[in-house]
Parts: sequence; structure tokens; C-alpha cells
Amino acid sequence: MGAASRGTAIEVQNVVKRYGSFTALKGATFDIQDNEFFTLLGPSGCGKTTLLRMIAGFEDVTEGAILLFGEAIDKLPPNKRPVNTVFQQYALFPHMTVTENVAFGMLRLKNSKAEALERAKRMLSLVKLDQFAERKPSQLSGGQQQRVALARAMAPGPKVLLLDEPLSALDLKLRQEMRVELKQLQQETGITFVFVTHDQEEALTMSDRITVMSSGEVQQIGTAHQIYEQPNNRFVADFIGETNLIDVIIEKADGKACLCRLGGGTAILAEAAGTPIVGANGHLSIRPERISVRAAGKNDEGPAGVVEHIVYLGTDTQHMVRLDDGTLITARTQNAHHAFVNSMQGDRVTLTLDEGAARLLVD
Amino acid sequence: MAGGFQGGRAVSRTFAPVKTWLLLPSWLVIGIFLVVPVAIMLVYSFLTKEFRGGVIWEFSLAAYDQFVFDRGLFGDEAPSFEWTYVTIFARSIVQALAATVVCLLIGFPTAYFIATRPASSRSLWLFLITVPYWVNLLIRTVSMKFLIRDNGPMNEFFLSIGITSEPLGLVNTDFAIQLGLFYSYLPFMVLPIYASVERYNFALSEAAADLYASRWVTLREVLLPAVKPGVIAGCILVFVPSLGAFLAPDLLGGAKNLMIGSLIEEQFKGNAGNWPFGAAASMILLTMVLIVLLFYARQQARNEGGH
Repeated sequence: MGAASRGTAIEVQNVVKRYGSFTALKGATFDIQDNEFFTLLGPSGCGKTTLLRMIAGFEDVTEGAILLFGEAIDKLPPNKRPVNTVFQQYALFPHMTVTENVAFGMLRLKNSKAEALERAKRMLSLVKLDQFAERKPSQLSGGQQQRVALARAMAPGPKVLLLDEPLSALDLKLRQEMRVELKQLQQETGITFVFVTHDQEEALTMSDRITVMSSGEVQQIGTAHQIYEQPNNRFVADFIGETNLIDVIIEKADGKACLCRLGGGTAILAEAAGTPIVGANGHLSIRPERISVRAAGKNDEGPAGVVEHIVYLGTDTQHMVRLDDGTLITARTQNAHHAFVNSMQGDRVTLTLDEGAARLLVD
Repeated sequence: MAGGFQGGRAVSRTFAPVKTWLLLPSWLVIGIFLVVPVAIMLVYSFLTKEFRGGVIWEFSLAAYDQFVFDRGLFGDEAPSFEWTYVTIFARSIVQALAATVVCLLIGFPTAYFIATRPASSRSLWLFLITVPYWVNLLIRTVSMKFLIRDNGPMNEFFLSIGITSEPLGLVNTDFAIQLGLFYSYLPFMVLPIYASVERYNFALSEAAADLYASRWVTLREVLLPAVKPGVIAGCILVFVPSLGAFLAPDLLGGAKNLMIGSLIEEQFKGNAGNWPFGAAASMILLTMVLIVLLFYARQQARNEGGH
């Protein structure tokens, strides 16, 4: 993913944001690499948009510092910061044509009118809107307005582009297309993207790295693979994708490897996210697609139970299995290669976990 | 000035069968109180004056003639151009324009300030703006005169703290008229601009700042074009009544600073008046106002067409 060696585009150092007595951001620290597609992911109210707006300059930084290529920018007004923003509702200037919108930033940077129009034209062909150049924004569809917003923000040639949930106003089909296009655009232009979203699928498909946030705090930073397969805590495990969260007691520990005992007595091997303490409580996170279901045999090992529900999902079938100790576990099987989709409600089954499927969360 | 709804004509059909009857009261009011009086005025402006007030039913262009030509006391001299009334009109237009500009300069920041307060306190600010207007305009204008006259509280205060060594002599000046007009019509500027700014999408200002626009450029290139309908409406609502105002000019401007409103008023007062001349002056004023409104309507049509 991305170039091998690269500088740091943005440094966020202990940034705190308070509104009166309410703390919206409780001290975030991370670096964003140059040319990186960096995503801030979290539910609404987690502080991700506040953080983006502080990088753009629309919000003051209460404490801490924000550096852009080594220089502090947090005291500069937005029009003095060499970053550009794609706004959630696009915020296109309604009285200007598409071309005038795209040329706006360059004209403010003292480019000649001819230069600005020439570059606006190139940006519009980059986002495939050449034939709409003379329209007003209100004469365009949502997807087209989205592209204009993108062209307008990229036209001044920023090193860093900030995107505030830019796809949230589009319908699903268009959103999926735009994900691919955005990623391509980012790779072709080499601009660092800081992308804010609450949509985990969006984050997983586009990002080089993802920062998961919740209630004003950074929960985990990592690649899509890392935050999905090795969540740090319950919030991340639960927020990203679907998972089974099971209460366990840590019975044995050897470094990160632990033996965990479920309430009803079944023991499962897991890798711990933090430092496991023997005898303490924890939670196991097991992704449904890493559990396979088969008809119970006599000499089976591993957890066994009864199928309570079967949900057909098209590509997958989901089995909800009540273990003998009372725990409800969801398993998902791809319809393409597994035969055991014909099981019936009430059938007795045995579950098999993939190697390394269980992750122990100690918080 | 609301404009803005896109798409087809979403007219409800519910009341279609009784539409004529429902509109009748409006048509009656407009007819009786607007069309008929204007028609009477138009007719009277072409009649001959009766010296004790009133008219003689005899066609005459004398009223309009009097407006632009001086034919001597007995009307038998060679006509020379009459500057008196043209000057009064010109002065009125200048005064009304000045009042509009002053109201805009004070009213726009005021409206912007109110529209950017938290929603809960906006209505309080609007309420404060309108409080003085619960008092009759005549009383307010007279009070203004008392306030600014040479032995009034304002001058006495200035004298007592030594800002000035003698009274400012404000009464009966153009400045006093300005003050009166500005004070009378400021809310008519504030309210429509407030309505526009309140609907303004402030993300547009952020987008402009994000694209390297200074505050001034943002105001000029983004905010003003977006709230233009409100600004134009406010300007018309101040300019039109200022042009025809007679209370402020009468009470604060004195006799030598006559404006159109006072001129017309004079013509219908007591026995000294000249009804056809008053009617003619009114028609000329009305024509000027209509021209301004047509200009506005064309501007609006162009805005709507731009969608």
C-alpha cells in the first residue's frame, strides 16, 4: 500500500477540543504520512469531524498542536492553510457556474484568469464533467455535484485533501462507484487524503490506514486488515464488521496466547489484545465467517449446540447456534463452497473455529 | 423574494372550483383601495384647479405644465424652465438614496449579527429591533426633534462634557431629515436581510475561506450574491417610503428643505391647495416608484431564470 518511503504530511499532537464544559476530543495524537489515504472512522459524535475541521481551520484547537509538513498551522486562519476540503453537502456556490466554482480557489491564489480557467477545465475532465462546465450546481445531479466539489477542492493543487463524509448524500450504487474512483484519484494524484466517515465499509475498502474513534478518543489506528482481524478492544471489534462477543475467564496465559473458559465450561484458545491476567474476566471476539458448522458426531471436540435460527443471506447462510452453556453464537457460511447449508432448525451441531479466529479483549 | 421552489407548478387543486369566490375579497380590497383611488388621482391631475381647493371638471394640462414651466404669476409670460419642483424631486431622490445607503450600512451588519446568534436568542433581538415601532411615527419624529434641538438633551450633554462649545444647530437641516428617515425605516432594511441571512448556508463561507478567500472576498463574492434578494427587498422597502415621506421632512427639515411628500401634502391642505397639481406630482412620484419596482422585478426574473 502506497510508496515505500515518504514524509509525514500531518502531525496531530495531543489535540484537545472543548466546548465549554463538554470535551469533544480528549487528546488525539497520530501522524498521517504523505500520499496516504487516511480515514477517521467512528459513530456520529465521536469527534472525527471536529478533528477534520480543526485541520481545515474552522475550529480552534483548545490544546495541542497540528503540524503540516513540519510547520504548525493551528493558529492560521483557514484561508492561509494549504489544505482544501470536500464538504459533506458539497457547499457549491449556487450563483456560479461549475467552471467558476472550480476556478474560485485558484483565482484567490493570484493565478491569472486564463490559467485558472485552463486548470478548471482540466480538473473537470479529470472528474468527467467536461460537458457540464457552464451549468449551475442546481442543474446537476447529486453525484455530479459531488464531482464538482472534488474538482473544486483539488484544483488549487493542495498537498492534503480533507473529505468530510463526501459520499453520505449519494445513493448506494453511486457510493460504491465513487469509492473506487476516489481511491484511483488519490493514487493518480498522490495527494494525501484525510477522509472522515461513519461507514466502516467505505473505510475498509479505500483506506491505507484507519483511525477508529469513539466518544472523543482514538481507539485504534491501523490498516483495514489490522483493525478487522486484530481489534484492540470491544468497541473496535463490535463497530467494525460483525462479531461474536463472548464473556470468558482467562484460565492460562503464555505471553499473548491464552486458554479461555466459557461460562458453560467450553475452553477456547485465543490471542490476547492486551496483557492477559490469569483469573480475570475478558471477552472473546470471533468473526462469524471464521466459524464453521457441521453436524455433531460422536467424537467431536470443540463447542457444540443446537441451531436456533437459520438466515439465508444470498451469498451466505447464517446459523445462530445456542451452545450447551447457553451462549448464542452466530456463524456464517458461504453458500458457494460449504455443503452444510441444509441443516434444519433444532439440529445438533459442532462448531469449528479457524486457526487464530478467537481474539481475547481484556478491557 | 422567497422564489426558490424548483420543479413544476405544485398548485393544489383542492380549492380550484371555488377559486374565484375565495379571491374576491382580495380583488375587492385592491380595487376599492388601490385601483380606484389611483384612477381618481390620474383623472384629477388632468382637470382644472378650483381656487378654494377641489377641481373644475374641465380638461387641462396645466398641472403638469406648472411642474416644469414657469409662465409668470398670471400665466401670460413666455415659458421658462421651472426648477423649483424638479429640484424638490431631485433632493427627495438624493435624500431617499442616502437614507437607503445608511440603512443598508447599519442594517446589514445588524441583520447578520442577529442571524448568527443562537436560534434561541434571535427572536429576542428581533423583538428589540421592533420595540420602538410600537410608538406612533409622528410621536417618534417629534421626540427626535426634541432630542436634537439646540436646547435639547443631546446638545446639553455635549456642551456639559465639552465636546462642543456651542449647540450644533441640527434641526431644520438635511442631516436632521436623514436622521429621521434612517430612524423611521431601519427595520424595513433589517428584517428582509435577516430573513435572507438566516437561510444562508454558512458552509458556503467556510468553503470560500477554505479556497483562500479573505473575509472581504467571501462577503463580496459569496455572501452578498446569496442574500441579494433580501438586500434588494430591504433597499426598496426603505427607498420607496423615504421618497414619499413627509413627517420627517416637515418636522425635522423645516420649510426650506421641502421634499416631495410635503409638497404633495401642501396641495391638499386647507384652501391654499391645488388639487390637480398635487395629483400630478403624485402621478410623477408613482411613475418613478414603479420604474424602481420594475427594475427589481426584472432582476428577480433574471435570478429565477438562472436556476
